[in-house]
Amino acid sequence: MHLTIITPDRQVFDGEVDSATFPGSEGSFQVLNNHAPLVSSLGKGKIEYRGPGGHQSVMVEGGVVEVLKNNITVLAEKIIE
Amino acid sequence: MPSLKAIKNRISSVKSTQQITRAMKMVAASKLRRAQDRLLQMRPYALKLNKILNNVTASLSEDNVSEYAKEHEPNNLLIVVFSSDRGLCGAFNSNIFRFTKQLIAKEYDFYERNERLEIMTVGTRSHDHFRKRGYQVIGDFAHLFSDPSFEHVREAAEFIMKRYRRGEFSKVILVYNEFKNVATQVAVVEPFLPIKNVQEEESQEKAIDYIYEPSEEYIVDELIPQSLKVQFYRAYLESAASEQGARMTAMDQATENAGELLKQLRLTFNRTRQAAITKELLEIVAGADALKSQ
Repeated sequence: MHLTIITPDRQVFDGEVDSATFPGSEGSFQVLNNHAPLVSSLGKGKIEYRGPGGHQSVMVEGGVVEVLKNNITVLAEKIIE
Repeated sequence: MPSLKAIKNRISSVKSTQQITRAMKMVAASKLRRAQDRLLQMRPYALKLNKILNNVTASLSEDNVSEYAKEHEPNNLLIVVFSSDRGLCGAFNSNIFRFTKQLIAKEYDFYERNERLEIMTVGTRSHDHFRKRGYQVIGDFAHLFSDPSFEHVREAAEFIMKRYRRGEFSKVILVYNEFKNVATQVAVVEPFLPIKNVQEEESQEKAIDYIYEPSEEYIVDELIPQSLKVQFYRAYLESAASEQGARMTAMDQATENAGELLKQLRLTFNRTRQAAITKELLEIVAGADALKSQ
């Protein structure tokens, strides 16, 4: 499935992943292939994703994630480096 | 006719002015590219955000009105004027000032007469302009251009939103230069608060059956402020790109004019020099003639 992480300033990540874990505002959750359509708000925490390039993660603070037909879009408010 | 030395001085001064305007043009061109890149970067984010927002609000009951959609009692109006921090950008600033003045005179005269009009300025130019003319200027965001990241700019948007929530304004509008292309900027007005209900336009589209986590209301409460900040940021970026575009064209004009002036001056210089030489020759010939006839 395809994962895109964007902020108003730039695109942080764009690529294929096998699984992704998000810091939901009510606790973290994982999304795998063929997940049902989902919109969730994000709290402060780490987005972890595993793809062909190995295991990666970014810290975000606030935002929203949309899962639709194996496309995951993360609209992050802020990326903490 | 001015002396040779005076013309020479003039030429060197015009030359150095031309060097400055040329350098400013180059700087503006590279800044313009960066500003345009930012606009392009932000577009997918804004599009996606609006799409999700529309989807969520479509499935929401109508009486659930966000605090940013409520009309407040006291009829205060806030106009946010985007200008630049620096001058030398052609008619960029004066255009937006004139436009704002006309707008106030035409549509918001009532607010001005009852002292219910406040102005928030972005950029030192508009800050000075409206302060001098006795408007109520609030917020000190004169140096918003020092760092054009979303992180930095959203503070200004949050400031307005906070005061709107407190009920200090019943209406907020943005006035800025929209970037059409490098040579053209169009002054536009955009309502900012209260937000319009998007429900009606988008209801024909079939809403996707999402799972909402933790709840639809929560998501809407999160997304609306975010989309407002993005809207503010877009206005800011449009204005910033327009500024660089305006400066680039103005400086290009100035460089050209300086070149024109240099051509004229060189012509006068050569003419004067030739006239001096001719005069000297005539004197020598006349002197020789006088000696011969003795």
